[in-house]
Amino acid sequence: MNALTVTGLCKSFGGLRVMDGVDLSVSPGERRLIIGPNGAGKTTLFNQITGEIAPDSGTVGLFGRDITRVACRRRAHLGLARTYQIITLFPHDTILHNVRLAFLGLSPLRWNPLAALDRRQALAERAYAILARIGLDHIAERPLAQTSYGERRRVEIAMALAQEPKVLLLDEPFAGLSIDERGDVQKLLLSIPRDVTVVMIEHNMDVALDFADRITLLHFGKVIVEGTRAEVVADARTREVYLGT
Amino acid sequence: MIRPASRIASAAAAPALVVVLLATLPVWLGHHPYYVNIASQILLWAVAALALNVLVGYAGLVSLGHAALLAMAGYTVGLLLQAGYGHLAADLGAIAVTLAASAVFAVLALRSTGVGFLMITLALGQIVWGIAYRWAGLTNGDNGISLAARPAPFGLSLAGAEAFYYTALLIFLMALVSMRILVRSPFGASLAGTRDQPRRMTALGFNVWLIRFLAFLASGFWSGVAGLLYVYYHQFIAPPAAALTASAEILLMVISGGAATLLGPIAGAAIVVIMKNVASAYIERWNLVLGVIFILIISFMPEGLVPGSVRLARAAWVWLRARLPGREGRYTQERIS
Amino acid sequence: MSLWLTLAVNSVALGGLLFLLSSGFSLIFGLMRIPNLMHGSFFMLGAYLGVALLARGINFWIAALASAAAMALIGGLIERVLLRRLEGQVLPQVLLTLGFAFIIADVCLMLWTGDPWQPATPDHLRGAVQVAGLYFPLYRLVVVAVAVAIAIALWLLVDWTRLGAMIRAGVDDAPIARVVGIRVSQLFTLVFALGAALAGFGGVMGAPYLSVYPGLDFEMLPLALIVVILGGVGSLLGALVGSFLIGFLYNFGTALLPDLAYVILFLPMVLILVLRPQGLFGKVTT
Repeated sequence: MNALTVTGLCKSFGGLRVMDGVDLSVSPGERRLIIGPNGAGKTTLFNQITGEIAPDSGTVGLFGRDITRVACRRRAHLGLARTYQIITLFPHDTILHNVRLAFLGLSPLRWNPLAALDRRQALAERAYAILARIGLDHIAERPLAQTSYGERRRVEIAMALAQEPKVLLLDEPFAGLSIDERGDVQKLLLSIPRDVTVVMIEHNMDVALDFADRITLLHFGKVIVEGTRAEVVADARTREVYLGT
Repeated sequence: MIRPASRIASAAAAPALVVVLLATLPVWLGHHPYYVNIASQILLWAVAALALNVLVGYAGLVSLGHAALLAMAGYTVGLLLQAGYGHLAADLGAIAVTLAASAVFAVLALRSTGVGFLMITLALGQIVWGIAYRWAGLTNGDNGISLAARPAPFGLSLAGAEAFYYTALLIFLMALVSMRILVRSPFGASLAGTRDQPRRMTALGFNVWLIRFLAFLASGFWSGVAGLLYVYYHQFIAPPAAALTASAEILLMVISGGAATLLGPIAGAAIVVIMKNVASAYIERWNLVLGVIFILIISFMPEGLVPGSVRLARAAWVWLRARLPGREGRYTQERIS
Repeated sequence: MSLWLTLAVNSVALGGLLFLLSSGFSLIFGLMRIPNLMHGSFFMLGAYLGVALLARGINFWIAALASAAAMALIGGLIERVLLRRLEGQVLPQVLLTLGFAFIIADVCLMLWTGDPWQPATPDHLRGAVQVAGLYFPLYRLVVVAVAVAIAIALWLLVDWTRLGAMIRAGVDDAPIARVVGIRVSQLFTLVFALGAALAGFGGVMGAPYLSVYPGLDFEMLPLALIVVILGGVGSLLGALVGSFLIGFLYNFGTALLPDLAYVILFLPMVLILVLRPQGLFGKVTT
């Protein structure tokens, strides 16, 4: 059974067709890289997998279950987590609180109007543990507004990891990072256990290629090439898309 | 994370001092009914402002129809008392009606957020005002509804200014404590999250709509409580209580004091009530004053008076230090530039 | 004339006035995302100015145009000097317009007292005209004719001129419009002034039969809100259809169920919000 199955996904904005019959099958534990030029529909694909955008037609399946009609928030409870290319964090709060919210999203505690959140030691400890994994535990109490861009990129990933997803969607986790920071994030991604399926959008080939088991090349909302790293790199169509020859 | 006893004591000292001050306020005011009544008004409007702050401050949803909810509680009390029910039944009925109306308001207004939310609440509020004004058969129209007397729970009459003040103080403290618990709770964190990053909250598994809906109900509940205080204080309710001006006044309290803070709305309520009483003693033009305050605050202290004053005081302090002679002054100046 | 016909004529006339009020409101909201809460105040202040000018024996049409010009000036100034400084901060902008609404209301109360003013219908617009064997009050027909003429003019402006193309681009997507070089900020002032002028003009047109009184501003404002919620933000056709719909509901509601007139106004708004939140002619925004 596939971890993630997408069949015949179509989406138009106004008259513009941004997703034109995309099929995708990702096995459990696989690392899948999705590449493609700007406007290929990569982020739109993610938005439809998580349910933030409803497709015009086609289906999305998670471990054999059709989730096309399942609300976005329910998909998080089914084990789907994502990061955003454009940083989407809580700017007024501390790093710790950001991660804590990720835990809260899946916990019935989120409805509790009486408990004191700051006194929930177990929750804080779990958040610290995640922050230790990404190496930000020493600045956990720092307001997000006072953190660097690279730190925020890592908090993005920490929030997704905190939800212990079965399928993790990473939208350009290396975007805008320095070489040192890229190394940190790369180590972090390699440390993700193999029972988590990872789908990643990335432009930065030198860090991303090593990571991927299989690669899907998207162009104008269609899958152009799919295969192992070597197959996709060797394929003439890949060069055509990227070099325009 | 065990705090030393001395720190707990000092953390508890300031609130305790304030409660003692408030409890003895009639003494400081020389038991003068006029001043005690103004204090009661501040407390009742503080409850209303705290209620609206749940939406404006913590949910990021600006309602311009909250006076309608308050008035609905007041009208329900008046009508049920007229119909011969007791005070307890009338009060419970009023809260139930206000909660039901809040649910309707919320379902409609939450079709939208931001400016759309504001417009829909404004339109709904004006409709309630229109019903109060036009449906004379029910609401007695412009003449309003009078209450024969204030209640006397457990045989304690609230007719006097001080008895009413202590009741209002008790209810105000309950509202304040419950707000403090709410904003520090996991639900409060969820609510603030929907304000700052609704999209991410949905992706994290939160039901953003339901969180906002529940916040609206909480806000509606305390608006209803404020409505009870209002109608018992004035022993009268008429259409202006539901008007846009009244909704705008409550919003002014929240914004002028500082939205998303606990003390801001209370400070705002005090400022608006005192201004209103002072202004009406000298000039008839309260609306003019209200409008000018609105514009001044928005232009010069958009974050509210409590956070704004802190910011201005800090800026003044830095400015002063920078102009003091000596190394320290230069150091500060360098750091700023 | 039968009751029904009278009601229908009044409804159409009120619809025309509402269009003058809400078309500007809708354009301002669509373009700038500001619900201009002083729009009813422009209507009322315009009406009072018109009354004052008429009292000095000035021709009705000149008085209406002069009021419109005065409102355009006031609106344009407020936009240029104050609203501009708060660009992008929706809430402060809304509160600023609300603050001005209160100030205008109080200044009007000071200058024109709390009594209602009802200027006489101008001589040349008095009387009735016979159409298909029925007599119609001329003035109401003139109000409708003027509203329709302005609707056509606005439609031509928005759909067929370069300025209109810029307004449409701004309504659809302000950031993109800015990128392609449309000077959105000047457009804002222009549209704000135009909306204020239309509201002021509507106020003068309405004065002879609505009369002018304190509170007219906040009676008209929610009507404009409901029209825009019904018709859809930024849509002239929506404003037109919504205006006449509300005109009919208001008049028939007030006549048939005077107690519940406001509830009847409220029902279509509820239906639209539940079934089609973008309004009848609004575009879905993503």
